[in-house]
Amino acid sequence: MVELSELGTPVENTWCPGCGNFGLLMTFKNALVELGLEREEVAIVAGIGCHGKITDYVNVNALHTIHGRVLPTATGVKLANHGLTVIGFAGDGDAYNIGIGHLPHAARRNVDITYVVHDNLVYGLTTGQTSPTSKRGYVSKTTPRGSFEPGINPLVQALASDASFVARGFAGEPHHLRELFKQAISHEGFALVDVLQPCVTWNRVNTYQFYRERVYKLEEEGHDPGSFDEAYMRAREWGDRIPIGVLYREERPAYRKNFPALEKGPLARQSPEKVDVKRLLKEFK
Amino acid sequence: MTAQGVNGSSVSILIGGEAGQGLSRSGSLLGKALMRGGLHVFGSIDYPSVIRGSHNFYTLTVSDEEVHSNGDSVDLILALNKETVLLHVDELSPGGVIVYDEGVKISSEELGRDDVRLLPFPLTGIIKEIGGPEVIRNTVALGAGLGLVGYDVELMKSVISDAFAGRDTIIEMNHTAIEKGYGYAREHYADAVPIELRPSGEDPDRIIVTGNEAVALGAIAAGCRFYAAYPMTPASAVLHYLISTEEETGMTVVQTESEISALNMVVGASYAGVRAMTATSGGGFCLMTEALSLAAMTESPLVLMLGQRPGPSTGLATYTSQGDLLFAVHAAHGEFPRVVVAPGDVEECFHLTVEAFNLAERYQIQSIIVTDKQVIESHKSTPAFETEVGIDRGELEIVDEWGGEEGYKRYSITESGVSPRILPGTVGATVFANSNEHTEYGYTTSDALETRVMVDKRMRKGSSLRAEIAGLSPVKVYGTEDADVTLVGWGSTKGAALEAIKALERDGMKARFVQVVYIEPFPTEAFKAALGSGGRRLLIEGNRTAQLGQIIKLHTGISFEDTLLKYDGRPFTPGEIAARAMEVL
Ligand SMILES: Cc1ncc(C[n+]2csc(CCOP(=O)(O)OP(=O)(O)O)c2C)c(N)n1
Ligand code: SF4
Ligand SMILES: [Mg+2]
Repeated sequence: MVELSELGTPVENTWCPGCGNFGLLMTFKNALVELGLEREEVAIVAGIGCHGKITDYVNVNALHTIHGRVLPTATGVKLANHGLTVIGFAGDGDAYNIGIGHLPHAARRNVDITYVVHDNLVYGLTTGQTSPTSKRGYVSKTTPRGSFEPGINPLVQALASDASFVARGFAGEPHHLRELFKQAISHEGFALVDVLQPCVTWNRVNTYQFYRERVYKLEEEGHDPGSFDEAYMRAREWGDRIPIGVLYREERPAYRKNFPALEKGPLARQSPEKVDVKRLLKEFK
Repeated sequence: MTAQGVNGSSVSILIGGEAGQGLSRSGSLLGKALMRGGLHVFGSIDYPSVIRGSHNFYTLTVSDEEVHSNGDSVDLILALNKETVLLHVDELSPGGVIVYDEGVKISSEELGRDDVRLLPFPLTGIIKEIGGPEVIRNTVALGAGLGLVGYDVELMKSVISDAFAGRDTIIEMNHTAIEKGYGYAREHYADAVPIELRPSGEDPDRIIVTGNEAVALGAIAAGCRFYAAYPMTPASAVLHYLISTEEETGMTVVQTESEISALNMVVGASYAGVRAMTATSGGGFCLMTEALSLAAMTESPLVLMLGQRPGPSTGLATYTSQGDLLFAVHAAHGEFPRVVVAPGDVEECFHLTVEAFNLAERYQIQSIIVTDKQVIESHKSTPAFETEVGIDRGELEIVDEWGGEEGYKRYSITESGVSPRILPGTVGATVFANSNEHTEYGYTTSDALETRVMVDKRMRKGSSLRAEIAGLSPVKVYGTEDADVTLVGWGSTKGAALEAIKALERDGMKARFVQVVYIEPFPTEAFKAALGSGGRRLLIEGNRTAQLGQIIKLHTGISFEDTLLKYDGRPFTPGEIAARAMEVL
């Protein structure tokens, strides 16, 4: 079982002081420790953006992929070695703009991966442009008159896509977030954890203060994550009150269970017993 | 001689009708029946991109010798509708015959020729008589054709029994259809036709496959265990075949939501240590370019088949082209070594796919197999593939525990540029693959020196790759040394070029063909040696801009005065190559 001290890397962290990513990173490491996982059995896949730097900061197997492609890449890793616990990290731009085409598919397939979205409602790395989760009226250098597009609702998107685990956390609530991470990672199938992650440099609206005044915990209000309708109602809530916690959970076989080859164990570990190609040729004779 | 056409030792049969009449299937079954009799066949389908209603035709060329492509004319037309007669009558050799339904009226003006024979058959009558569905029409016609040329009908029936194994009523219906067509031909037109096809009596170990099937079989033989793709003509059949054999091969096959997803999944699987592949056509390859660059940066070995069709854009979705060669060589941002290899027939599709996997893994690079509709959707009989292939996984070490002194470095600097690879999941190590420029450990860097060192490391792989490819027959030569003309080409052009050599020979001319098999890294020395110094040269390509010619010029300084370029979606025919060769002589 991995110790917290083993999860660090020698790389200097370049996130802005006070960035919500710090809380998210620490919480993630703690979750791995508490789950009793080994360093070697974890593989993380990250997109491009401030969030993506996470692969430099956690000493587990990692694949830093390209902008928006965390889900297909993570799916490939998981199918090729389902012995690995695969966790994807994406940004809101990464996950819900350029990469949103993959979300419904990973969700409906129920690929056995956890998808953590660092949702700061802004493009951090590319210096503060409006993101798909930015709310209507959000002012940035790409929307100087205020965004006239309604923001995307990632939780509703995930529910509509048959995701079997949908949760929202807040980087300013590390203990709560840690429990979400643990549940998501333990969940069989696709688990989305959208994390409200304040960007202290660019997003002056959705700050720690903003969220502290608004977030409430679903489990404290008797929310039933087994009810899709209730989850849908909560997913649409964003105003004076913003729910965090597990919105929806459903037991459904993971994607990999559909592949006969994977019953024999992880593909990457299967001894390359030769397929009888001669036998296959018979069909062509 | 067991194959005798109206004007030579090969026989071409054209089956034409509407889309939805199962022509490609019928044509290939006929091909198989002829192959089982010891004959050689090549069959190709011509179909517009519609599922039902428009004109399709399948051309099968049969001979005692190996057949590399269809010819320029046909001996026998099996017309399932009137349109087929009118569209193809001009392709008939003098003395050729047309089988058609007796209910169809064709005037001699419509036909426009008096040197061919129309043979009416009660195709519709037979369908009614046996109570068969309309799709059985082509089977009746096949039977008629076999009866006319006097072939062994039992061979055809055995092929049908195998193709529909387990579906007894379908088999019975098709057998009856074959027999009825056959019987009618024997009874009414025995010896009426100057075409003969007889089993040779030999039983060589041959198969009849498409290039798509051959690539898929090559991938299986090479130990590929992960395949992800999005359907796109003409490459979809690789996906179909690999899914259909999934249980037998243990391959994990995914139909993805897009080509973007497909190649990224392949990168993920490759990172995890599994041999992985995708296939697509031009439009899909466009979507894959960013992930190709990711694979290069992360040094994830993989194989990608690009099955060309005419572009730009949707182009002619179901026709052939060689217009994406430069794209394959240059696709994706950044500089990195890659393999681009172009098989010219089904046998090469099989073996070069295996080679592509080995090269990809040995150098931890990406191999692109460039094919086209003509080679991957056409059927060819060929000696059964040599399936005992070597699998070389290069520097990949599958161990349970990492034994290194220090931490594992995914990108350790080595003389060859290739770094030892282990599987993520190996105890005592973590494997970090990074799309950012990185250190030996995989950590992100923007340091100038570290960047130079890493770029050099990746590019060093290209030098050893170039040397290795020089030893792999990257350029092949066919025909005699003292030829009057040297034909130069790549990919599916090979088939028509080899047939053109034979045709020229019959006219007393000596020709040779230089086939460039590996396009990248370009085998400069091998090409120069193969080209030789004397004689006329003719460059043949299925594109508008002589793309191989541009590559040759870049690497060797040699340019071609004479070219034969075709860009109408249709494959080359031996006749047009031979005619152009005569012109340049
Ligand atoms: C294909 C592509 N387009 C654009 C970019 C530039 N780019 C890098 S990160 C980014 C957006 C980052 O926003 P987000 O995903 O929300 O991540 P954050 O920085 O906020 O964590 C963009 C547009 C890129 N890397 N790749
Ligand atoms: S720009 Fe924003 S998201 Fe990026 S590191 Fe700084 S605070 Fe964090
Ligand atoms: Mg963001």
